[in-house]
Amino acid sequence: MTQELTTLMETPSQTGGPYVHIGCIPSFTGITSIYPVDLGVSPIEDGAAGEIVTITGEVIDGTGWALRDAMLESWQADAAGLYPGQPGADPKVNGFCRFAADKETGKFTLRTVKPGRTPMRYGGTQAPHISVWIVARGINIGLSTRIYFEDEDNDSDPLLARIEQRQRVSTLIARKTGDGQYTFNIVLQGDGETVFLDL
Amino acid sequence: MDHGPLIPRNRAAHPPAYDVDYKTAVPRSPRWPLLSMESTISEETGPTFGHGILGKHDNNLIVNYTQGEGLAVGERIRVHGRVLDENARPVPNTLVEIWQANAGGRYRHVKDNYFAPLDPNFGGCGRTITDDNGFYEFLTIRPGAYPWPNRANDWRPMHIHFSIFGHAFGQRLISQMYFQGDPLIDLCPIAATIKSRSQLDRLVAPLDMQGSRPMDYLAYKFDIVLRGNRQTMFENKLEGM
Repeated sequence: MTQELTTLMETPSQTGGPYVHIGCIPSFTGITSIYPVDLGVSPIEDGAAGEIVTITGEVIDGTGWALRDAMLESWQADAAGLYPGQPGADPKVNGFCRFAADKETGKFTLRTVKPGRTPMRYGGTQAPHISVWIVARGINIGLSTRIYFEDEDNDSDPLLARIEQRQRVSTLIARKTGDGQYTFNIVLQGDGETVFLDL
Repeated sequence: MDHGPLIPRNRAAHPPAYDVDYKTAVPRSPRWPLLSMESTISEETGPTFGHGILGKHDNNLIVNYTQGEGLAVGERIRVHGRVLDENARPVPNTLVEIWQANAGGRYRHVKDNYFAPLDPNFGGCGRTITDDNGFYEFLTIRPGAYPWPNRANDWRPMHIHFSIFGHAFGQRLISQMYFQGDPLIDLCPIAATIKSRSQLDRLVAPLDMQGSRPMDYLAYKFDIVLRGNRQTMFENKLEGM
């Protein structure tokens, strides 16, 4: 016998299910009398410093079908690379957004500011990125990934550098399609499967 | 302030992505391994929500859909508990959201066309923020069990969905609470995605008569554990970085 560890095990995840929107973005389901406004409507307010970008995409399953019931959350730093709550962070950036795949088309849209580079604990920096968390019916534990930008310097990013199969790096990089416009698809399974993270 | 890296997630605590008996998981489960590394500031920070976002009825699903004008149908229950981290420390001031079917097992959602009627006084979601010691509570009605299209005759046990934030985006968790004694738990392929019986048991809330109120509501206790931070004075700078 040994002494007992006093640490606890994390509560197990379960799928958010098909009605995750009721709990997280109720107005999406027509429930508008409970909260005046959904949480996480926008990660920025008017006047946020930096380049405004719009990222559109789909969450695609192993058959090539775009999910119509996915719910996504994003978390990011401001244009200077400061996270909300850090001293000097842009008060117009709350950094958090909830957005859903469209019920009819499966397309999602995230409008935000492009984040700055952020520091690593032991030196060096991370390339600008937005953390994304995806939940849906059939996803047993929320999937984490990141959106990087193809027009930024991603070469020295420590996370991207850990991806052994270099052709998979592109699954984390949003493609520029116009001024301030990017495309980022999330592929859950199969050809071009997105690199999902365990950090 | 640097609270230290998050404790790496113990994936054995959780269901695997792929489970053949939960059919929707089959095409929605990644095949390649996750990319693991130590958490960064991106995972160690997260959104915070103040009590200012909360309305008067937000954590009372019996009345919040009508803002107190009418009462939802069903068995009145109080669901309460504590949010802790892996270091057994309370997680104060963190947002807890729930959503659920009504007493007949029907969700207020355009995609739910089960025979059970909608309750005009029930919306099905609520939220609260834990107090300084990590405690939270909701008043609601016990949701009904309902059938769902999976195998030919699958039913969901009575359950309440939970969404918890913690203080770091890497702590983000969605789970479900089940009710003590529900025989459908052992038949449910979603509950069965959790391969550890002891872990599944942690989602089953016991009846808590001491937390109930005579002639008013029963109580169920549901504690939640989120990831913690590694606590050490010995955070050595890694060689070569």
